[in-house]
Amino acid sequence: MNPNTLSAAQIAFLQAHKRRKIRIHLYRISILILFLFLWEFSTYKGWIDDFIFSCPSRLVLCCYHMILENQLFYHIGITLFETIVSFLLVMLFSLVFTILLWFSKSLTETLDPYLVVLNSLPKSALAPLLIVWLGANYKTIILTGISVAIFGTILNLYIGFQGVDPEKIKLIRTLGGNSRQVLLKVILPANLGNIIGLMKVNIGLCLVGVIIGEFISSKCGLGYLIIYGSQVFKLDWVILSILILCCIAVLLYSLIGVLERRQKHNM
Amino acid sequence: MEYLISCQHMFYTYHTLQGETPALCDIDFQVKPGEFLSIVGPSGCGKSTLLSLLCGLLKPESGKILLNGQNVTGNCSIGYMLQHDHLFEWRTVKKNILLGLEIQKKINKETLEEADELLKTYGLYDFKDAKPSQLSGGMRQRAALIRTLLLHPDLLLLDEPFSALDYQTRLTVSDDIGSIIRKSGKTAILVTHDLSEAVSLGDRVLVLTPLPAGIKAIIPIHFPPELSPLQRRNTNEFKDYFNLIWKELNLNEP
Repeated sequence: MNPNTLSAAQIAFLQAHKRRKIRIHLYRISILILFLFLWEFSTYKGWIDDFIFSCPSRLVLCCYHMILENQLFYHIGITLFETIVSFLLVMLFSLVFTILLWFSKSLTETLDPYLVVLNSLPKSALAPLLIVWLGANYKTIILTGISVAIFGTILNLYIGFQGVDPEKIKLIRTLGGNSRQVLLKVILPANLGNIIGLMKVNIGLCLVGVIIGEFISSKCGLGYLIIYGSQVFKLDWVILSILILCCIAVLLYSLIGVLERRQKHNM
Repeated sequence: MEYLISCQHMFYTYHTLQGETPALCDIDFQVKPGEFLSIVGPSGCGKSTLLSLLCGLLKPESGKILLNGQNVTGNCSIGYMLQHDHLFEWRTVKKNILLGLEIQKKINKETLEEADELLKTYGLYDFKDAKPSQLSGGMRQRAALIRTLLLHPDLLLLDEPFSALDYQTRLTVSDDIGSIIRKSGKTAILVTHDLSEAVSLGDRVLVLTPLPAGIKAIIPIHFPPELSPLQRRNTNEFKDYFNLIWKELNLNEP
């Protein structure tokens, strides 16, 4: 049989699969539409107060005005910038630090209790200190973002490094390789999937850290907008910012997803 | 120098917090150039430790290992085939076999040509851009052998290289690899727990005692040189050798 001509059963199977996918998409979209409609309708009917709960039409209007005043994209840009910088620094520092730990077993054993304590410490508790030390500026906020993600990343990366099959390391040794070559030829390539998995977790954690930082000290960013909006009872701002945060989280996550698919494809 | 490698009264002990475990006890043997030595012993008797010592990954507590009359230090002229092929899934077959050359910074036009030559000889050339997972168990083991041979080792160490394969593949691959090693005139030391594998491949069989491993006996194996490992298995002497080694191994049992 020609492999290009599909049997009737196969065509039916493929079509059923496609129909199912379309149906799931429809369900997803209708939940969103239903939610927005109920929200709008219940404020219109006066069941809930649109001053406190806002409503989709008010949000659209609010969004429009803020874009006109050049405010919205400014705040989004600041938050995105802080998140991405702290994410990149987390990945860089934790990789470098984990490699150092991997090279020296004594260093790892010495620092282990400190890493465990720092990892379990609620990092938002550090934020007020950082403000006093570094001032209320973007540096503090980036550092808050880093502090939330970095310790867990180091611990997880180290576990991944340790999990590499010792026989594979022995292979490099029998081929005459030194520690640097073990790292470059086995440890890092074997951990690529692990690293990308950690990136997925960290992009979310950094966003959390940045918003915490902005809550406590800042004059701009979505976290500032949420805190300021709640203080002056501009709840449209608060809800709009939260919705935008949802979009940012999805966007950043799917960017890493693209990276992950490319890596899987190369494997 | 008559012997390629010679072990002289070698001892080795593992130290842990729980105590010390003597692993090797007075190991003393020699291998001539071009010879194929099989080492058999009860499981867990320190066979792999012996190979790690031979290639310089471990240092003996006392005694000497001389390769071409010199102390074993690095491992450049010793090729080591591990139990599993350990081809890296993130590299193509060709990139995998070049790993050793890459590490020793010996990639150049000649070595690349030689790599292609070996790929062709061993029927892997059409798979050079494939991922290791696309190869059969036998092909993977051949790729691992090419990776080792490209470094032109004086001595090949084989650490149960066929034990991860299913029985049928194992017979053909050990036949295959045994013939390749014999044709290339390489000296080899094979560690195995499979007695028939030891007899079918070796010129001599060294029998180890249980832990701490000492040398129980060294049994010379004589077959007409033209017989392949698989053909050896069909001769009458094969059974005799097998029984002889079996007896030597079981004399250790209390």
